[in-house]
Amino acid sequence: MPPRILTEKCNGCEGLPESRCEEACPGNLMVVDAATGKARCRCTRDCWDCMSCTKACPRAAIETRIPYQLGYHKASLRPIMGKEHITWKCVDIHGVETTYKYRNRLAVAPATQTDKNA
Amino acid sequence: MANRKASRAVDIAPRSLAEVRTETVECDLLIIGGGNAGCFVATEAKRLDPSLRVVIMEKAEIMRSGACSAGMDALNTYIPEGKTPEDLVRWSRAQVGGGPLREDLALSNAEELNEAIDDLERWGLPILRDENGKIRYRGKWDISIHGEQLKPIMAEKAIEAGAEVYNRVVGTGLLMDGGRCVGAMGLGVRDGLFYVFRARSVVVSTGGAGTLYKSYTADSTDSGAQIWMCPYCVGSGYAMGFRQGAELSSLEQRWVATRTKDFCGPVDTISVGYKAPIINCKDERVMSRYAHLGGDAAPRFIRANAPMEEWLAGRGPCYCDTRNMAPELVQAMMTDYLNERPSFVLFLASRGQDVTKEPIEIYGSDPYIMGGHTMGGFWVDMQRMTTVPGLFAAGETAGGNPNKFVGGCAAEGKLAARGAIAYMAAGLETPDEAAVSAQVESEKARVYAPLLRGKDYDGVTPTEMKERLQRLMDEYAGGSSQFYRTNEERLDYALRHIKMLQSQFAYLKAADLHDLMQANETMDRVDVAEAVVHHLKARRETRWAGWQTRSDYPGRDDANFDCFVETRRDPATGEVTAFTRPYEQLVPGDRFKA
Ligand SMILES: Cc1cc2nc3c(=O)[nH]c(=O)nc-3n(C[C@H](O)[C@H](O)[C@H](O)COP(=O)(O)OP(=O)(O)OC[C@H]3O[C@@H](n4cnc5c(N)ncnc54)[C@H](O)[C@@H]3O)c2cc1C
Ligand code: SF4
Ligand code: SF4
Repeated sequence: MPPRILTEKCNGCEGLPESRCEEACPGNLMVVDAATGKARCRCTRDCWDCMSCTKACPRAAIETRIPYQLGYHKASLRPIMGKEHITWKCVDIHGVETTYKYRNRLAVAPATQTDKNA
Repeated sequence: MANRKASRAVDIAPRSLAEVRTETVECDLLIIGGGNAGCFVATEAKRLDPSLRVVIMEKAEIMRSGACSAGMDALNTYIPEGKTPEDLVRWSRAQVGGGPLREDLALSNAEELNEAIDDLERWGLPILRDENGKIRYRGKWDISIHGEQLKPIMAEKAIEAGAEVYNRVVGTGLLMDGGRCVGAMGLGVRDGLFYVFRARSVVVSTGGAGTLYKSYTADSTDSGAQIWMCPYCVGSGYAMGFRQGAELSSLEQRWVATRTKDFCGPVDTISVGYKAPIINCKDERVMSRYAHLGGDAAPRFIRANAPMEEWLAGRGPCYCDTRNMAPELVQAMMTDYLNERPSFVLFLASRGQDVTKEPIEIYGSDPYIMGGHTMGGFWVDMQRMTTVPGLFAAGETAGGNPNKFVGGCAAEGKLAARGAIAYMAAGLETPDEAAVSAQVESEKARVYAPLLRGKDYDGVTPTEMKERLQRLMDEYAGGSSQFYRTNEERLDYALRHIKMLQSQFAYLKAADLHDLMQANETMDRVDVAEAVVHHLKARRETRWAGWQTRSDYPGRDDANFDCFVETRRDPATGEVTAFTRPYEQLVPGDRFKA
């Protein structure tokens, strides 16, 4: 059951032209349900578990779950996105928690080093 | 310059084609697929000629799309000091068992490689260095990165360079003028519009083709897309070109890899990066059985197939033996996974597995067609032009040149951009308008037909047809359930049923736009699968066991098959023919040694 929406936290990205999870999903799987105003995954069976939606949600309203057929209940992995860092908190089925934090971007001089030949 | 954001999904239920609106976009260079290669096509084209109108048609949203959606933990190739591009080609050649491979393409790619990776670092990608500032090598050629942001970094540069990105537009077909490509068409999966991109040249970089074969984890539940490769790259680029007569090369050299079991995660990270040996259930080192072929450094297909051979011989399961890893190393390995396949860390947590006590189990993946790993893709010339004038290919979509990975796909993006610019500079004729609008109407009818039939039509859903194909390919065309083996009779059976599926496209139905995208994906999968089966049939030998295993021709046959197998589909009749092209060794040395 990959992305699991915590409906009490999700506000459907109200006010945005496109919700963040909908924007992020490489498989076009996330959608905000018109009736409930909450996000849902169209088809959990088609999910790659890439966690892009989970990273993109500004309200931490999405949890990625490993399908039960593959992994037991219940572990969690939560990404916390910083500007140049990412922090991950992982809790396994025995309740053991591990935190990982590292740099995921180098500071780049503004107005671009894009292109030294320009 | 713009990243044109998609809207939220809308519901459209057109009753006739006339209700479907068409949006026409004019540009100089059209890039189909804004992935790793596509982003580099865009930045290079705009760098060379800022006045060009460069448009990217992207099926997903460019910040998180394709193979790099979740990130990367390594760049598999970067030429170290003291080594040359020729050395890289020798290594690549040895990895694919001495070839054949396109050494002309491989060499030009290798010459461009380091510069493309240096670009990535300048753009903000953290490449790990040692205390002296030297790049940290993981193996002989691969370097470690913290690449969680790799895709957004590439995408931002493409946009900053001035490319215009049409997100959530799924390419379905090429626009042709006589035999030459003058654009492409696609489905707006969010707004329901039919997009027509008129271009002077087109680069197709839609990645490879996953999901042609059934994955062993696809037990009709929540794990249907638990594959290694991005399951949203389904081979549409191959299908679009093939239907218009572009020649495909080497699809029989499928990419099959050793992956973590039950969750298709990378294994090189552990076995190469952390020197955790591959063992079988008897605690025997599996690769020592292959000492004569290089042991742990044996060609890739041998390493990929080795654990499966252990299973067959009754010595499975197999593992990467992580039990001797120090805690700091485990932390570093988990960090690598978080950068590339974060949910693998979640998988281990959901098994409650401490890898220092219990080793990580491994198994073979389902087969993929990927010209950036193995060689399946379009036959291209040095400019990266396919056999269809005006149509270029880069990355996984271009064939003949294996072991490209992130750096090589980037490098090839640059080469394709240069090729397309040179082609446009030669001056092009104006397309025949009547022929163009006829194609637009017929493609639109083809693409929207399943939606017009509607969800209540007594027909076939895209998922049903996809799964029928995946089972067929798995059992008859050498999938993982068959330990990758096939033979002439099974391939003939597969072809017969592929023809049935093609004749049943007329029953496909779609309930909404997402479904309609899937219906079109499924048709693309079937057309690519047909090509794959023709390739497997034509190579009557076993050259790369695992990647390509013919039980009826178990040995290598250099007299007849030290050459490329090619296919071409007649655009008028749909008939597929297979033929060969000769291999040419350009880089001297023993073909089997790096
Ligand atoms: C899980 C995983 C781990 C990997 N690890 C490494 C590694 O550590 N080191 C390394 O060097 N390489 C690694 N690779 C390989 C590397 O990521 C790929 O070789 C490379 O990124 C492919 O680039 P590409 O541009 O050809 O394809 P992609 O980057 O996949 O781009 C294809 C693009 O086309 C779009 N698209 C598809 N169909 C259509 C359509 N019909 N219309 C419009 N757009 C479309 C997709 O959405 C996507 O944006 C890994 C790959 C995977 C999947
Ligand atoms: S991004 Fe988060 S808050 Fe926004 S719609 Fe998705 S789940 Fe809800
Ligand atoms: S995990 Fe990835 S594939 Fe699955 S719904 Fe989220 S963004 Fe889409």
